[in-house]
Amino acid sequence: MIARLFSFRGGVAPEAYKDASAGMPIRRAPLPSRLIVPLRQSPRATARCCVEVGQKVLKGQRIGEAEGSLGTAVHAPTSGTVTGFDPHTMAHPSGLATRCVVIEPDGEERWIEHRPFDVKAAGRDAARAWLRDCGVVGLGGAAFPSHVKLGADAGIDTLILNGAECEPWITCDDRLMRERATDILAGARILADLAGARRLLVGIEDNKPEAIAAMRAAAHDAGGEVRIQPVPTRYPMGGEKQLIRVLTGIEIPHGRLGAEHGVQCFNVGTAHAAYRAVAHGEPLLDRIVTLTGNVARPGNWEAAIGTPLDELVAFAGPGADTDRYLMGGPMMGFALPRLDVPLTKASNCIIAASPSLMPPPPPEQPCIRCGECARACPAELQPFELYWFSRARNFDKARAYHLFDCIECGCCAYVCPAHIPLVDYYRFAKGEIQAREHDQAAADRARERFEFRNLRQARDKEEKAARLAAKAAETRARPAAGSGTAAASPSAAQQAALLPASAEDKKKALIAAALARAQAQKAAAPPRKADGPGAATRAESAADAGRRQAGSTYTPDDGGATSAEAGDSAR
Amino acid sequence: MIHAPYIRKPASIQRMMGLVLAALVPGIAAYVAEIGAGILVNLAIASLTALAAEALVLALRKRPVAIVLADLSAVLSAWLVALCLPPIVPWWLTVIAVLIAIVVAKHLYGGLGQNPFNPAMVAYCAMIVAYPALMSQWPPAGGLGFDTQLGLILGGARDIDAITGATALDALRTGLHQGAGPVDALMQGPAFGLLGGHGWEWIALGYLVGGLALVATRVITWHMPAAFIATLALVSGLFWLIDPARFAPPLFHLASGGAMLAAFFIVTDPVSGATTPRGKLIFAAGTALLAWTIRSFGAYPEGIAFGVLLMNLCVPLIDMKTQPRVFGRRDRGGPR
Repeated sequence: MIARLFSFRGGVAPEAYKDASAGMPIRRAPLPSRLIVPLRQSPRATARCCVEVGQKVLKGQRIGEAEGSLGTAVHAPTSGTVTGFDPHTMAHPSGLATRCVVIEPDGEERWIEHRPFDVKAAGRDAARAWLRDCGVVGLGGAAFPSHVKLGADAGIDTLILNGAECEPWITCDDRLMRERATDILAGARILADLAGARRLLVGIEDNKPEAIAAMRAAAHDAGGEVRIQPVPTRYPMGGEKQLIRVLTGIEIPHGRLGAEHGVQCFNVGTAHAAYRAVAHGEPLLDRIVTLTGNVARPGNWEAAIGTPLDELVAFAGPGADTDRYLMGGPMMGFALPRLDVPLTKASNCIIAASPSLMPPPPPEQPCIRCGECARACPAELQPFELYWFSRARNFDKARAYHLFDCIECGCCAYVCPAHIPLVDYYRFAKGEIQAREHDQAAADRARERFEFRNLRQARDKEEKAARLAAKAAETRARPAAGSGTAAASPSAAQQAALLPASAEDKKKALIAAALARAQAQKAAAPPRKADGPGAATRAESAADAGRRQAGSTYTPDDGGATSAEAGDSAR
Repeated sequence: MIHAPYIRKPASIQRMMGLVLAALVPGIAAYVAEIGAGILVNLAIASLTALAAEALVLALRKRPVAIVLADLSAVLSAWLVALCLPPIVPWWLTVIAVLIAIVVAKHLYGGLGQNPFNPAMVAYCAMIVAYPALMSQWPPAGGLGFDTQLGLILGGARDIDAITGATALDALRTGLHQGAGPVDALMQGPAFGLLGGHGWEWIALGYLVGGLALVATRVITWHMPAAFIATLALVSGLFWLIDPARFAPPLFHLASGGAMLAAFFIVTDPVSGATTPRGKLIFAAGTALLAWTIRSFGAYPEGIAFGVLLMNLCVPLIDMKTQPRVFGRRDRGGPR
């Protein structure tokens, strides 16, 4: 059967620079002098520390318990002693710190007792919990918890394995596919069974013929329904939505997940980790990371999570004129604020950059609306319009032109002949809009509280008046009953008013009745129109509410992921 | 700190403008061969004026001068102005036209990227309104030597009847007005060549060749030239079929006046034109329609410049209403 391939619009074809690091087999990185294991491995979830300083830990021992729906467990990457539990700077553009367990390795690599997991006997939910407790997260760059992606009972039909690896320089998935294709496919089969998928597709860019051949051989040996599908080499082919489009023809709109359309996507490294977790009971302790760029020995290393990057890059021999280090690829990665940060599960590549390798951008020139960016945009936006609106702080317009559909892949800035850092403008506008929304939400809450307070006070007053009126009526009724005349008589009240004893009560009752009338009028009046953005804007806000989960923008607590959606696999 | 992407395609505004200038060369070569080398003098005068005016305005606006001059956008505007003017206009007319293009149409609106109107067309329209006589004096193909042309450019005395003849568009319009005969009879006159104006049709071919090269190198997209040429051919063809005695055939319209220059070099100005794919089609088609209407019924023999300016006015609306569909969405972008 000849598979029909689709395509996505836009994209760019930057020079790949992959040969240097792809040619060398994966090497095991020596254990560093100390491991700094962050408890925040996946976005928006921090594990709860379950070891104490001074405690001896074994390799694979759990040091952080999964907490919350997005939580995953964290493990000791080797045996040794816990020497600290302190905040350390993370590999993230913000340079923010998060709590890390510091382990001094004893060099013995003593494993904790572990055994394979029987998925069939245990069932789906137990298997998902197993993956969570093995700390399996997406290894494509976003570190999204894998068990969560398997959670939706949305009737997943197709499981896609992302081996596109479209960013220049990165080769960790390429090497993994060449060397461990059988394990990857076994892991993919486990994930497909858990998801209930009938169809298993593996998308690999056609600039990796060795990986394609290795995966095909493994697929042939394993049997079963799996299609190894070469896809054209075009960045951002590895973007989840782009790869799904190319392989299945399905377009996943902004704010929607592949699972809702019967498609789920995993990185090849994630499938490998799932295999190790199930078939060997090994938690995710290390990952393959590409060390490349301005280095003497480019290649891929299998390194323990928590390895300080300064010790790691030393293995590759960075050149003397290296002026900064990038994490991730050159299109979506970021410059590391410092190098003593630990390796995380999201760290797929470290590029030593030099002025000759990545020269500073030429000065920014005015936009001439040439439309190069629009032709390169894989989200099919009009980037220059978004630029003009962002620059003019015309945020409502920017949103109307679907600013939040931007996946920040960088294609527009890559092709811009005016050298405008377009993505920076979009990040600025997104941040401003989110800040404004946050303020608006706070103001809304305050107004609701204030209105409720007014309502409560009015209600109290009304109740009090009703009580007084009842009391007054009661007082009136007593003398009336005493005199033996009918209280229902229209003149009864007047008669009562003539009685000096009840004059005071009557006055109160009249006031209360007037107050009640006023309240009734007020309640009947149309509610005051709320200040702030119009209904349309608020509806749009609600429509975009899901994007924080989709992760179109990074927040400082993303733990290294630029974008959960695009970043997951675009690298 | 510099953010991603850390790599960039080796593209620049300078390269883009340079390619457009290079694409004008075949047309200019045909111009020199058919009409004479006077155009080269005009191109030089225009270029120098544009650079001087741009530098002066940038200095007054306290903007970096060298980097902006190097982007070649002023030179391109100057060339387009010079190619639209008759090749024997006095030097001061070229200078005024270029000053209007650079200072008024470009920098008074905020400089490169900000001008709502095509600078070359603003200059052309200003000149044809201000100096209608000088702007209608076109030399016939091969009729004037370089010395004569240079003398006229430098302000020599003008014996109009001896040196100029009506252009093909002008001859046709005047002939039809005076009831001198049907179109095919008028087209036997000396101003007419195989398809368009005698000699000028080869210049149009030069522009076509250069323009196709621009499409091939993806400096411009196919939308605008295709829509312009198709619309001009369609509307002129339709009326020619209805009444061949009163309306010129489509090939004449395409090969005459500034049609080819406009199709590939004028309507394709990215700054003042529409930007969406559908918007480009509408913009170029509208320009062609207006140009044909003015040619056929208006007071001027050539109507492209007015067509462009009128369509420039519509660009914000066109762009807003033709936003393309966004990935994964059913609706298009932009406000509704």
